Amino acid sequence: MVKSFRILLVSVFIWVSGTILFAEEHEGKAAEEQQFDALGMIMHHISDSHFWHVIAFEKKDGSVFEISIPLPVILIYDGSIHLFLSSAFHHGKSVVQKGNHFFKLHHDKIYVTDAAGELTFSEDGTPENIKPLDFSITKNVASMWMSVLIIFALFVSSARKYKGKPSAPSGIQSFVEPLILFVRDDIVIEQIGEEKADRFMPFLLTVFFFVWINNLIGLIPFFPGGSNVSGNIAFTFTLALFAFILINVNGTKTYWKDIFATPGVPGMVRIILIPIEVVGIFTKPFALMIRLFANITAGHIVILSLTSLVFILKTVYVSPVSMSLTLFMFLLELLVGLLQAYIFTLLSALFIGMAVHNEEH
Amino acid sequence: MNLLSPDPGLVFWTGLTFIILLYVLSKYAWRPILHAIRVREHTIKYALAAAERSQQEAESMEKLKKKTLAEAALERDRLIAEARDLKSTIIDDAKKSAQKEADKIIESTRQMLKKEKDDVLKQMKEQVAILSVDIAGKLLEQELKTTVKQKELINKYLEEMSFN
Amino acid sequence: MSLTAIGLGFIVIGAGLGIGLIGKGAMEAMGRQPEVLPKIQTAMIIGAALIEGVALFAIVLAWLVDK
Repeated sequence: MVKSFRILLVSVFIWVSGTILFAEEHEGKAAEEQQFDALGMIMHHISDSHFWHVIAFEKKDGSVFEISIPLPVILIYDGSIHLFLSSAFHHGKSVVQKGNHFFKLHHDKIYVTDAAGELTFSEDGTPENIKPLDFSITKNVASMWMSVLIIFALFVSSARKYKGKPSAPSGIQSFVEPLILFVRDDIVIEQIGEEKADRFMPFLLTVFFFVWINNLIGLIPFFPGGSNVSGNIAFTFTLALFAFILINVNGTKTYWKDIFATPGVPGMVRIILIPIEVVGIFTKPFALMIRLFANITAGHIVILSLTSLVFILKTVYVSPVSMSLTLFMFLLELLVGLLQAYIFTLLSALFIGMAVHNEEH
Repeated sequence: MNLLSPDPGLVFWTGLTFIILLYVLSKYAWRPILHAIRVREHTIKYALAAAERSQQEAESMEKLKKKTLAEAALERDRLIAEARDLKSTIIDDAKKSAQKEADKIIESTRQMLKKEKDDVLKQMKEQVAILSVDIAGKLLEQELKTTVKQKELINKYLEEMSFN
Repeated sequence: MSLTAIGLGFIVIGAGLGIGLIGKGAMEAMGRQPEVLPKIQTAMIIGAALIEGVALFAIVLAWLVDK
């Protein structure tokens, strides 16, 4: 994380100043450093963290100056809850003692260790120590809460403007209303149908804006953005789980009949079809989960890879290419962020619409 | 890769956050906003329908007015034509009766004149007869003084006095 | 690793072809019947998303098998 920010800062600075002399000085310095680990940096960026980094850079004497917000760590282990700030780990250097237990941070995961903080590693390099149940407020959780605050600010304040006599939208309403109408008319009503749409409107509207705002926050390259909430499998898993529950709880007789007694299909074929249909119940939300995760994470990986191009190729001359490609990807990701929120909502609505469909067909 | 295994802590927090978000937004954002939008849509629809209706009403009023005007014009024309007809008949009648009267007057005048003429003629005849008798008497008086001459004269006059 | 990479390449080729065909069909349909454009767009996005879903399944499986 430290490195990624340094890299980001340096590349932006180089690109802006554009002087070769200045750049060469830094290049010479970079060459002295150890091999740049692009994959590690990218993986670090797109995974969750117990710290919320603001800024970090290396001082002239080689020491690292860093500002990062320590986040609360909540652990459940051995039947008790342990609560402390993540700064107690000192970035994995210290072992934290809580009662009789010792915890150590290793690659953003918390392990139970002995007093000395010994970790036993398996053959492929992952620690074999027990992991406590980690309910910490991580960077992703904090970032998600920020998005929730933004959404509240956007919609609860604009909802207030709707009180009183009907009038033409003004101010924030004119931003919010077309989006709401778009979700209502072009997604929910079109896929579910007029008479049943109202029941699912709040869920789908919430999903749309929750995903979209988190996608956008993930694209902000500096604090307080830059987290990868909507590209985290846990986030997409949860949303897909809600969609899964909603689809199957509201499934009509027709929906279940189509699965277990597909009309117009002979008995033998039905035996083959039933497992396929049952698997289909799970693949639909699974596809939702994977799609959002893969699209957003891939976007982050591509942007970070393009940014790291200067350091991978170890030449500053590639920086205009790298930076213009990064800019292009940022713009594309802005579109993808909206598109994926749309597709997630659209497909949820489509599946719900299929489940609540009542007619024989 | 641990990228693909959901972290239970994050799943828990996401779920909790999402449920709270869903609840708060449904109550304080979606319901009032959607309701207000629906009310506004209904208002607009209603207003449009009302406008449409009043326009139709105005149009039908206009039509009615035009129709009434056209009918009035027709009636007026008819009345004028009637009056004109009446006038000409009256004039004709008057002319005819005047003619008749005139004819009658002329006829009666003519008859009167004829009668007068006849009377005058009759009187003239009588007068002439009287005068003739007088003249004859006087002549006779003179002529009878000389018989021969008297005779001649009587004969001559008598010959001359042939009326008609 | 290299075999997985080749597999991933094939997945991308397949998905790209599929989505390309959908796009082609949608464009032609839009040109023919511009009045139902929004419906075609929605159907196109759904189709593309389903193909993408299959491709992502394959990528995830490739990832898991590789591990």
